[in-house]
Amino acid sequence: MLSFDVLFPSVLNGLTTGAVYALVALGLTLIYGVLHIVNFAHGAALMVALYAVWLLKTHLGIDPYLALPIVVPGMFALGYLLQRVVINRASHGKDENILLVTLGLSIVMENLALMAFKSDTRTIDTPYTLTTVAIGPAMIALPKLIAFAGALVASAVLLWTVRRTDLGRAIRAVAKEKQGARLMGIDVDHVYAMSFGIGLACLGAAACFLLPAYYVNPQVGGGFVLVAFTIVVLGGMGSFAGALVGGLLIGVVESLGGLFLGESLGQIGIFAIFIAVLLFRPQGLFGARA
Amino acid sequence: MRDAAAILAFALAVLGLAFTTDSGVALTFLTMTLYAALLAQAWNVLGGFGGQFSFGHALFFGTGAYVQAIAQLTFGLNAWLALALAVAAAAMVGALVGALTFRYGLRGSYFALVTLAFAEVFRILAVSVDFTGGGVGLMVPLRESAANMQFGSRRGYLMLALGFVVVALALTAWLRHSRFGARLQAVRDNEDAARAVGVDPFGIKLGAIVLSGGLMGAGGAFYVQVFQYIDPGIAFGPATSVEALVAAIVGGMGTLWGPVLGALVLHVLAETTRNLFGQLPGLNMVIYGTVLVLIVTFLPRGLSGAGRSVRDVFGKRTAASASTTGIAPGRRDD
Repeated sequence: MLSFDVLFPSVLNGLTTGAVYALVALGLTLIYGVLHIVNFAHGAALMVALYAVWLLKTHLGIDPYLALPIVVPGMFALGYLLQRVVINRASHGKDENILLVTLGLSIVMENLALMAFKSDTRTIDTPYTLTTVAIGPAMIALPKLIAFAGALVASAVLLWTVRRTDLGRAIRAVAKEKQGARLMGIDVDHVYAMSFGIGLACLGAAACFLLPAYYVNPQVGGGFVLVAFTIVVLGGMGSFAGALVGGLLIGVVESLGGLFLGESLGQIGIFAIFIAVLLFRPQGLFGARA
Repeated sequence: MRDAAAILAFALAVLGLAFTTDSGVALTFLTMTLYAALLAQAWNVLGGFGGQFSFGHALFFGTGAYVQAIAQLTFGLNAWLALALAVAAAAMVGALVGALTFRYGLRGSYFALVTLAFAEVFRILAVSVDFTGGGVGLMVPLRESAANMQFGSRRGYLMLALGFVVVALALTAWLRHSRFGARLQAVRDNEDAARAVGVDPFGIKLGAIVLSGGLMGAGGAFYVQVFQYIDPGIAFGPATSVEALVAAIVGGMGTLWGPVLGALVLHVLAETTRNLFGQLPGLNMVIYGTVLVLIVTFLPRGLSGAGRSVRDVFGKRTAASASTTGIAPGRRDD
């Protein structure tokens, strides 16, 4: 049971899933780190992005990877508008309100999808869906490998944006000291909306990499919400490195959990980690600020 | 005393309605509204009076529902005895979750997330173990008699739901006037200040989650008695958590009548749209979500506090124009 030939593919599979998880979690941790918004609608927004990719493929025949330049800006625009028009107005400066508003948004998005697409689970067919690549004793599906590489590249782009660009500096300034940033002439509302937009743009990228090896239905985001929050909490709220490592770790835990405990019970590992981290180390593995 | 009179008047009014109509639709509507009010009031005890926003109240609902079903099916217990067990079990799960989370000082969004995670763990367990019937769920056989808590007429279920709601209202009225309730609200408004004057926040919050869980468990037991069926998705899925929370917030958190008002308004909305657009899956929840966003945005005190919220908006405008600094962090008091 514990032989290398069984464990290795499982770990590798977990890493490929984990990279996409990390991308989803990076968006979430950016939104939390800057806006201190616990974005409950993150999973639902991912679901919207997945449907966008699905629609582009089935109706316009656009390959999911070529859909990146459409879906990523689209999700960015959605995020920018949601923050500016809905969330910012509703918050009244209270965290609880934001929690409730993003919950409301996720309910609306999920059920609009249910009305539009019914609860059927949908997948797409691409020429490479069933292609596998041999790595040592493991056979890994090609879309998963591409997702792994793509998620890492997207994460790198995000990190570069936050570390090296003027926008990134403004984002970090607002995250550290809102009033000070405002006095330095930074348009705080704009930076908030940009951060939310970038957070959702990550989901757009994740959706493009995810769908060739995954599926979409109106409830698909629900699973990702808790997984993404687990990663964010595990890595430390607002920590980018933490989200990356945490994502990969959770992917492996899920994969091994499925191997040892079976498909449904295997997921318990994630929630057990989530609850344990929240209780015993709420600042996370890498987080200094709690 | 005034609360007691109001609750009595409410009960009599509902009874009056129940016995003046024979329309099945009206009776079912009243029953389901009362049931929603029970769930909302259960959430309100912890969320409204305690300030602890749970996103996973289905945890207690599902526990109550499964204990109600299993006690009858596996152990052959009487339904009323099963109800007592269901409430006790849900309260105990509340104590367990509360002891873990409050011991480590989880608040705000962390508490919301951890309750959601607990509900999800229970859902996965309910799918995976045998005694819950797995993903297929459990069916309780239909044996109509009052001793069995199954009623031939819709009026019977209405009276049962009314009984639960009256108990929930009485408990909430007690929270408004008792020492325990005052302490709970003090912890909600400022935990550190409450601790400084000698309140034990841990014990107080624990008490609140036990009460809240117990009421929610009664809701789960009621569900099983009405529909004779439960499965993991219904029991621990997010829909019930959302329904309880939205009704309480829409009506007005931390008030006696807010959750009842919220349940009524949401059900009237749901019925109206069903009549207008037919049975579209998801439409109800779209409305719930939209109403939630609108209420939080424009009436943060809920419908029952609408007057004060409106006055506040205008009051704040004049205050804002009077202030010149604009640097002071704009913390809004409730």
